[in-house]
Amino acid sequence: MERLTLDATVSKPLSFDLRQTSLRQVNQFLHRELTAGQTVQIAHPDGAHSLAVGLTVPAEVNVEGHVGYYAAGMNQQARVTIRGNAGPGVAENMMSGRVHVTGFASVSAGASAHGGRLIIDGDAGLRCGISLKGADIVVGGSVGSFSAFMAQAGRLVICGDAGDALGDSLYEAVIYIRGEAKSLGADAQFEEMRDRDYEALHELLSEADLTHDPRSFRRIASAKQLYHWNANAQQDY
Amino acid sequence: MCGIVGLLLKTPTLHASLGELMVPMLVGMGDRGPDSAGLAVFTEQLPIGELKYSLYSGRQVCDWAVLLATAQAELSDQATLQDNGNHAILTAQIAPDVFKPWLVQRYPQLHLLSAGRTLDLYKDTGGPAAVAQRYQFETLKGTHLVGHTRMATESAVTPAHAHPFTAGEDFCLVHNGSLSNPHAIRRKLEPQGIHFETDNDTEAACRFLEWRMSQGDDLKTALEKGFEELDGFYTFLMGTANQLALVRDAFACKPALVAETDDYVAIASEFRALAHLPDIDQAQLFEPAPEEIYVWNV
Amino acid sequence: MPSLNPQPSTHLEASAGYDHRIISYIQNAAAHGLYEIRGLGAKRRLPHFDDLVFLGASLTRYPLEGYREKCTTKTLLGTRFASKPIELETPITIAGMSFGSLSATVKEAIGRAATEVGTSTTTGDGGMTPEERAASKTLVYQCLPSRYGFNPDDVRKADAIEIVIGQGAKPGGGGMLLGQKINPRVAEMRTLPAGVDQRSACRHPDWTGPDDLTIKIQELRELTDWEKPIYVKVGASRPYNDVKLAVQAGADVIVVDGMQGGTAATQSVFIEHVGIPTLAAIRQAVDALMEMNVKDEVQLVVSGGVRTGADVAKALALGADAVSIGQGVLFALGCNSSTYIQQGEAHSAEADYAQLGTAPGYCHHCHTGLCPVGVTTQDPILEQRLESDVGTRRLKNYLQTLNMELTTLARACGKQNVHHLEPEDLVALTIEAAAMARLPLAGTDWIPGT
Repeated sequence: MERLTLDATVSKPLSFDLRQTSLRQVNQFLHRELTAGQTVQIAHPDGAHSLAVGLTVPAEVNVEGHVGYYAAGMNQQARVTIRGNAGPGVAENMMSGRVHVTGFASVSAGASAHGGRLIIDGDAGLRCGISLKGADIVVGGSVGSFSAFMAQAGRLVICGDAGDALGDSLYEAVIYIRGEAKSLGADAQFEEMRDRDYEALHELLSEADLTHDPRSFRRIASAKQLYHWNANAQQDY
Repeated sequence: MCGIVGLLLKTPTLHASLGELMVPMLVGMGDRGPDSAGLAVFTEQLPIGELKYSLYSGRQVCDWAVLLATAQAELSDQATLQDNGNHAILTAQIAPDVFKPWLVQRYPQLHLLSAGRTLDLYKDTGGPAAVAQRYQFETLKGTHLVGHTRMATESAVTPAHAHPFTAGEDFCLVHNGSLSNPHAIRRKLEPQGIHFETDNDTEAACRFLEWRMSQGDDLKTALEKGFEELDGFYTFLMGTANQLALVRDAFACKPALVAETDDYVAIASEFRALAHLPDIDQAQLFEPAPEEIYVWNV
Repeated sequence: MPSLNPQPSTHLEASAGYDHRIISYIQNAAAHGLYEIRGLGAKRRLPHFDDLVFLGASLTRYPLEGYREKCTTKTLLGTRFASKPIELETPITIAGMSFGSLSATVKEAIGRAATEVGTSTTTGDGGMTPEERAASKTLVYQCLPSRYGFNPDDVRKADAIEIVIGQGAKPGGGGMLLGQKINPRVAEMRTLPAGVDQRSACRHPDWTGPDDLTIKIQELRELTDWEKPIYVKVGASRPYNDVKLAVQAGADVIVVDGMQGGTAATQSVFIEHVGIPTLAAIRQAVDALMEMNVKDEVQLVVSGGVRTGADVAKALALGADAVSIGQGVLFALGCNSSTYIQQGEAHSAEADYAQLGTAPGYCHHCHTGLCPVGVTTQDPILEQRLESDVGTRRLKNYLQTLNMELTTLARACGKQNVHHLEPEDLVALTIEAAAMARLPLAGTDWIPGT
């Protein structure tokens, strides 16, 4: 029995230029024609919105330039690299796969993402990882205020600093921060790092090609005081 | 809800291309604000004592030559006028407290858009491409500008409701977002003798900030008071005779992006409005942080 | 000799401002330090469809024969940009109610009944269950601020997508599903630990305002290759502005939910004090569509307190293209009934209502998850009190009744198509209703405010 090697499925890179081909055509190609293992280059995004949303196959998509809102939104399986900055909601509601932004990401990066990895080499804006539902986000720089607001599951790694109200109303998601948080949100607390935290961090950082020592991070998780309706927490409802 | 754009040219040789560089920025924000567009251009400063008044006649036709002759006869024989369809800029050594009552009495149908030594103001209904063409925005020259494309939320779509809003002299403001206490601000200012021309929420912010500055605050102090008093969501871009200033509220829900090179500072709600600018690939790009005041000087 | 202690009853004087309801509210607040959370919709009296009547045909107009001459109820939604619009047999659709607030069995029963009468049903805050998808011919998939269980596979499986900005019961607020309703399956779908309170967000995590909504709609269109209709649902507060902005943002269908709309659980202060009545909202929404000249292009769905065939007919006459029903569906399934039916036999649920501190006809305890008749519960025992077949049959009967009432009224007004009902077929019985719906007061040609 012969095993199909990855090489057998790789075809030559396809390229699109968004100044020549419309967004709708590019996205339809990515939805209907893209096959596993293919590589697609997209040039001149010029801040276009909704680029490469709803991909479903394990293919590689490289975007050369800055993108607008919702790049690689709801991604499944694909590996999308944005060589530039991303607008609001990059990889929002991602299910699986990997999205990599080499510049900075605007607000709501990885909002409500259920799975997969989002790697941001630069800073992320406010509400990074809001309503996170299982994905892992690694931010090489700092994140803005209200990051990981109501994050339910998954991990947010912040190599720089965080703004106000980090981890407000957290559920089961975990935050690792290397720098300082301006303030923690309601019900978020620093916790002791354990072996599994170091292991997790080591893995997440190497995936993002970052060489920080996992021991330089601190863990933030939910104090679980808001898990049940009670009078003492009323201000936080 | 809207698109905002701003451009400040650091290199004097570029001043002649201000309009040309800006038009694609404004047009690029058409999706965010399809119903009206406006622009404040800061040109060479007039000598002290002289002022420019941007006038707008709306749907009515105004015989600008007659207006000029009347103004020369009744106010100042040195007055000059430059007309552009239903817009005109009257320049003269006339103080606002003389000019405004005169205009109201003689030309009640005209709308005074702005007053100042450097500011020319245009605003009208329609998409930004149409408005830009109507007033030949691409030919405009100057040091810096503030532009806006409007998606009206609660108040009407009229030229008066379009941005930029002005107050006092050489001050204008555009806004993306919506204020949640504009009526309270208005009720606070009206008893101080401050007159409102529309029910637009942005006008409340504009008049509030100008009022603070007329009380002696500098722009930064006025904006800090604004953070306390103006509630709701906003990205504000403001222009003065020699500055552009940008702020976002604490939640920073409404987008803004700044691109800076040795030649210019460009501001827009989204990157796609900046993608055409020269050397944008080399520009330093950043998003303004919430409740931080960014000021660029000419 | 006169008594020094006269009959106390003659001296009992209730205060209008501090009646027994307000006194008990204050005392509860003092005892617990928490606001009240409850289910269903506003309980106070509001100007409503009941305050309108139809002008049946007589000499000036001719009615259609009830049993012989056909009156169509076919309804098309999402014709503006979507390549696959929704075609329904009736303008009566079923509103979004979450798996979590309702059990999986109930969601399935709703889907089956909807399919049998040829209408659509809607998911809710908690995702799409496979049972619901399989049972529903036409399923609208909600995209809510919380994004619980939201995923692109289900977006593609849906027949339409509804972006929920707000709900009539709580415009500007999020939901509250208390821990007792979060069983392991609900928890898993929502990525939450079982038994933990769930506070839904009030704002979408990745956009704010109409300019951003334009882009969000574009994203969903790109994701689905422009096939599926996109609805935008708003809680009625400023419907004139909101409808205009939703149209501008590119919606195919707009759902306006008036303040009588229900909820699984939220603060009662929200339910009773935020939003405007459905009657007032319709006219403003229609004005916005007319002014933009998109009345035939963008469809309007109205919800919030639509209970009867008469309500449906009045909503359509005022300009709605369809209505959407939530609480009526629950009542049809047995909500607030004193009995439940298991294996063909009726059992009393009175004791269970009493245990909740309520009684049939008064219950709004959906939030507790202890629904005595098995509708709004995840409890394995209580859940069995609503058998799927019983639920399907009852709901189908209810929807059929409404549809027949609707055509009865339309025929009486001389219409072969229920969508031909118009405001001029109605007059108002009260000044409030006349002013809100902009209709003449019955017997006069006076429309307040005009």
